Amino acid sequence: MAGRDKITVLNPMGYPPKVAHHSLAPRLDQLDDKTIYLVDCRFDDSELLLKEIQNWFHDRMPSVRTVFKRISSVYLKDDPATWEEIEANGDAAIIGVGH
Amino acid sequence: MKIDHEYGVPTVAVHTSVFQWVVRSVARANGMPHMRQVFVPQPVIGKSPGELRAYVDGNDPITGRPVMQEVIEGLTAPFGEEELKETAFERSTPRSVEPASEEELYRLFQENQWTDQLPIILPTEERVAAMLVRTSRKPDEVVGHMRPTDFREYWEYTVEKVAVNAVMAGAKPEYFPVILALAASGVSARGSSTSSMASMAVVNGPVRSELGMNCGTGAMAPYNHANATIGRAYGLLSQNLQGGSVPGHTYMGSQGNGYAYGSATFGENEERSPWEPFHVQHGFKPTESAVSLFTGCRSTAFSLGLREKHWREHVRNMLRGLDPRTPPTLLLDPLTARMFIDRGGFDAKEKLIAWIDDNARMPAGEFWDYQLAQNYIYPRATFGEEPWATRLKAAPDEPIQMFLRKDIHVVVVGGETNPYWRIMGCTYQKTVSVDEWK
Repeated sequence: MAGRDKITVLNPMGYPPKVAHHSLAPRLDQLDDKTIYLVDCRFDDSELLLKEIQNWFHDRMPSVRTVFKRISSVYLKDDPATWEEIEANGDAAIIGVGH
Repeated sequence: MKIDHEYGVPTVAVHTSVFQWVVRSVARANGMPHMRQVFVPQPVIGKSPGELRAYVDGNDPITGRPVMQEVIEGLTAPFGEEELKETAFERSTPRSVEPASEEELYRLFQENQWTDQLPIILPTEERVAAMLVRTSRKPDEVVGHMRPTDFREYWEYTVEKVAVNAVMAGAKPEYFPVILALAASGVSARGSSTSSMASMAVVNGPVRSELGMNCGTGAMAPYNHANATIGRAYGLLSQNLQGGSVPGHTYMGSQGNGYAYGSATFGENEERSPWEPFHVQHGFKPTESAVSLFTGCRSTAFSLGLREKHWREHVRNMLRGLDPRTPPTLLLDPLTARMFIDRGGFDAKEKLIAWIDDNARMPAGEFWDYQLAQNYIYPRATFGEEPWATRLKAAPDEPIQMFLRKDIHVVVVGGETNPYWRIMGCTYQKTVSVDEWK
């Protein structure tokens, strides 16, 4: 039966790019007296969740300074101005929410 | 997460749990497999502050550990030996699949999510070679790059890879230049958006008649072999050449979309249209062949004809039924196109587009409160992007324009069995030459 003969067909998948390693930033020793930016990516009510995280720090770790920061436009666009501000003025960041 | 690896700021990303596979694979493909990610329950949208505080006080639904403990550890716990290892690696795709019986291969293609779940034609060397004969381009020439979303990496593909997918779709070799043009666009028909997007492909020029494409009765499916298989090939090549379209991993469309089977592929009915062909509007000559790509096909409104007394109100109602983020493309039967001329004096597409632009309005308060406006338009307005910044200043009850004129389009399609017409909410991307791929 022809259907049982082995045949060769071509693979339909494209070619993925080489994956390059990116080192992540060193972590902090602890968060006391540090400034954490809460970065709102402006997607599906992310602001509301981040504000509750901000409230949590206020209630549970009051020595942590938090700064709520919206990205400059939609989440689909890179935002170097915001990243530079956080690099200059912050110690860490929490980004949310969604994709 | 450029902020972490480029700007040196220790960062934690908070996601909802349904995105766990996609965000992890994106991090891995971007060379950061150990990016610190924390998950909260889905959904965030629509929840009250109290409910969201419960998320924050509760556990990560993936790990079962307290959310805030994970956040703090993500910012403070040093990286382990495994996390510090270099993760760069090459990935490749073999040219062929291991030899197997037809039955086994059909199962393999299905299991690998290489199909649209309908039967395919197996891409044997002979069938692919027959497809390749219909282009002057070499099999190993790079056609383009594609990805399912802005956050993922671009994959690359050659003429032969496009041919493999064209065979699978059941396309005839003579259709291949159109399929290559679709691939060369780099516009994916399998975007991973949670909104379940589909694409639309409008073919113009002599190639429509050369291939026997349907521009008339039933043009938008499923009644013509060229329309159906070119559109299907566009979907298959998109999902396979961009690295997949797998629910939960590379596809997040919550509901899915029936238009995606054939990507709404048809020819414009130039012969019966009273107006300039679409590709001519975009810089091509009438004697040239081209295909135009639209994405974000989700919402449709439809109607029959244009009544003398209230046609303006009826069209406005249709426009207000669209989601405010996705602009309208009018798909008009030739009978309707002529009615627009008779009723409104729109003797050029541009005049009709101008009228649509001026009449697609809703009260500013309602417009800005749409979630899609909040996600995609409001952020641009608040940072000064015009004309949205000006429209944001309108009083809540002031009618504002919903769209931008440059994003509104008109295409004529249909067989004149009745002046039915529809508005497809979709975004025009580009028009690509077919002739260059012959």
